[in-house]
Amino acid sequence: MTPSANRAPGSAAPPLVAVENLVVSFGRGGPEGAAVRGVSFTLAEGRCLAIVGKSGSGKSVTARSLVGLPGRHAVVRADRLAFAGRDLTGLGDRAWRGIRGREIGFVLQDALVSLDPLRPVGAQIAAALRLHGAPAPPSHVADLLRQVGVPEPELKARQLPQQLSGGQRQRALIAAALALDPRLLIADEPTTALDVTVQAQVLALLEETRARGKALILISHDLAVVSRMADEVLVMRCGEVVERGAAAQVFGDPQAAYTRSLIAAIPSARSRGSRLAPASSPRHGHAAPVGTAAARSGVPPAPPPATLLRADGLVKRFTGPDGRPSAAVDGVSFALCRGETLGIVGESGSGKSTLARLVMALEAPDEGSVTLLGEPWSARPEVARRALRRAIAIVYQDPLSSFDPRWSVARILEDAIPPDEPGRRGRVSELFGLVGLPEALAGRRPLQLSGGQRQRLAIARAIAPRPAVIVCDAPVSALDVSIQAQVLDLLGDLKRLLGLSTLFISHDLGVVHHLADRVLVMSRGRVVESGTADEVFLRPRADYTRRLVAAVPRLAHRADPALHRKGNAA
Amino acid sequence: MSAAPSRSRVTGWHRRIARLVLGAAAVFWAVATFTFCVQTLLPGDRAELILNVKAGTFTQPTAAELAQINARYGFDAPLAVQYGRFLGGLVRGDLGTSYQTQGPVRAIIAEQAAPTLLTLSALALAWAIALLLTVPSAGRDGSLARLVSGFQVAAAVAPPYWIGTILLVVLGVKLRLLRVESGTGPAGLVMPAFALAIPLSGFIGQVIREEFARVLDQPFVTSARMRGMSDLAVRVRLVLRHAVLPGVTLSGWALGALFSGAAIIETVFARPGIGGLLVMATSARDVPLVTGIILAAAGLYILANLLVDLAYPIIDPRLRAR
Repeated sequence: MTPSANRAPGSAAPPLVAVENLVVSFGRGGPEGAAVRGVSFTLAEGRCLAIVGKSGSGKSVTARSLVGLPGRHAVVRADRLAFAGRDLTGLGDRAWRGIRGREIGFVLQDALVSLDPLRPVGAQIAAALRLHGAPAPPSHVADLLRQVGVPEPELKARQLPQQLSGGQRQRALIAAALALDPRLLIADEPTTALDVTVQAQVLALLEETRARGKALILISHDLAVVSRMADEVLVMRCGEVVERGAAAQVFGDPQAAYTRSLIAAIPSARSRGSRLAPASSPRHGHAAPVGTAAARSGVPPAPPPATLLRADGLVKRFTGPDGRPSAAVDGVSFALCRGETLGIVGESGSGKSTLARLVMALEAPDEGSVTLLGEPWSARPEVARRALRRAIAIVYQDPLSSFDPRWSVARILEDAIPPDEPGRRGRVSELFGLVGLPEALAGRRPLQLSGGQRQRLAIARAIAPRPAVIVCDAPVSALDVSIQAQVLDLLGDLKRLLGLSTLFISHDLGVVHHLADRVLVMSRGRVVESGTADEVFLRPRADYTRRLVAAVPRLAHRADPALHRKGNAA
Repeated sequence: MSAAPSRSRVTGWHRRIARLVLGAAAVFWAVATFTFCVQTLLPGDRAELILNVKAGTFTQPTAAELAQINARYGFDAPLAVQYGRFLGGLVRGDLGTSYQTQGPVRAIIAEQAAPTLLTLSALALAWAIALLLTVPSAGRDGSLARLVSGFQVAAAVAPPYWIGTILLVVLGVKLRLLRVESGTGPAGLVMPAFALAIPLSGFIGQVIREEFARVLDQPFVTSARMRGMSDLAVRVRLVLRHAVLPGVTLSGWALGALFSGAAIIETVFARPGIGGLLVMATSARDVPLVTGIILAAAGLYILANLLVDLAYPIIDPRLRAR
């Protein structure tokens, strides 16, 4: 307990959180190898601090140090680490447990897997209350769920996490964190993996929490999310704070070059047709082979029809958990032309991924048909489809689980090249060049690659058999904004170089607007609106699209974008 | 299809149970058919065998003697009729008559039921040891945790009779804590049960340990810690339920392995039991008794696996909701 003597007389109330020169290191590494190096900040009640940076920048470790759980083998040192006037350095395990949950609520990232899958949601919230000796009658648990906006709270409390939607799970987690009315709420990536409209609802909930006088620490790589709520911003890179200041100042007039590059990396309507990442890809040395590759794949013996992929009245029904059939895809038609990027946006559950599976003929439609290169595709038996399979490829959101973890990068690519193709070795290194992967990674396993490298590998594998069409199912939604920018740039480059035709599925409107030529908006299995990207996003006609567009978080204090783009024009 | 949602889920769950039970019955029927085939199709005349077993000699009986036995045991009927009688007997719980004692096989096996408790108590003991060692040590990398995990590896590869002999020498002869001659009482169960349980606990422990460590790193576990849950509570109340699943699967198999292990360990400790009975019946060529024991063991094994299948959705309610 710090005596009140060290408060300056006459000053405002002391900050709720005070951190000075925080250093967190893992293992035997010295201070230069520490995950967090010299972070300082203060936070008062009713204020919101945002910590932004890429994954691995130390932002989560910083926040987790405040509850004494920075991670295994972590050594935490600080000149000052105080909460509500209480010194947190050298606290025992029991004292920490008293703070966690009761004084500081923590909403961990990965909302989808942060609830125990084997126990009902209500039981888990009740356990959070009982841990600190609070009574937890079912009615109180239901009230807590109602307060965070979970519909039918009594029913949801009895259900397993998997029976709740992603947004409901995130709300339940927030309910558990707020159950004991803590003075500080820390939310680590609270909106990642959520749809825009759900994202907006969760942010509104956090905003409301702050309005009730709680202090809030928001950790995110999404600058747009942060700009809307934060009073103060810490920008972190490699364990260090590169910029710190009031939100309006950091976003309106960023001082650090790194902050400027983060802001420029956000895909949106404004960034259409331009590159997002400042660093140019290491592709230039391969200009010649790329050219020939494009020529080879771009000029097949007989020119195929302009419409490469066509869906007519696709319907796919599933039997729900209640035994009633429901249509996941309900009468969807579209045509994908040569060299075109067709974006498909919609919230989770809108049938986007089912549509992707129908297009890939991994699932048979109940009604309607898919035609590929003018030939029947969904209507054929798989044996007959096989010859045409290499004309269409898919890139998944989570590339890691789509690789054999025991295979090397080179073997994954070799395996994807058709066996009748001459010069396989040369083609592998050509693919490395095309997607901007260093060839030095050829011997690595997928697990040893970074998230961005994995997605590059997935794209290289997809284009290996020279497909006419690529289906991208949310390929960048699991990536940091700057990595996302690089992958989006890559997709844009490949489109220009190889004339790729892409079906691009995403819930991120900014990403789709940045990349797509035409857009389909899906809701509950139906196409509610379609048109060019600008038509759909700038002048939406359907109510649903309007709501979707309105829910997109935007940089609140953004200054003239041209100013920031100058630095990256090279 | 128009039934209320909750109603249709209940019937779906019941249908799954019914399917599991039917499947188990089908496997038992297959085992019974197989043992029947072995009995009837193996070379050697059964009537001759019965006479020799009874008399304890190896002579060539006369045709009249053989005809009499054939008529009494129904060996002269067509195979299909014999098969029908065999199955009919099984349904009624009649396993036939022993060649040696001329008593019903069911009664002979039933006498051994109490000593067979050994396998069940060994299984329970193995679980207790495995949990006691694994729950506090899994997911840690201190020297104590490594020692425990090393012990489990060593235990898993140690043969039960070797452990049994060591237990006998240390506890029985040197320390005189337990009697060497174990007898049939519950006290006599202790050493043989440990001898069987220690290797199995190593197996179960290793399987649980791996899953335990994996689940300990899951975000929902960290989430619970963030709410102030202590390490012990995290392990016992949160992680354990996930980690026991592979161990439960293993237990169905383990019960079968324990049966064969029990036969040997009963000899080491000079205990009666179903294992010893099987060895004796086999060496005496008492075909109905061997068949009966095999069927009883198979039945128990199938039952154990049925229980495992039924336990799964209780531990993991996701399987029920789907």
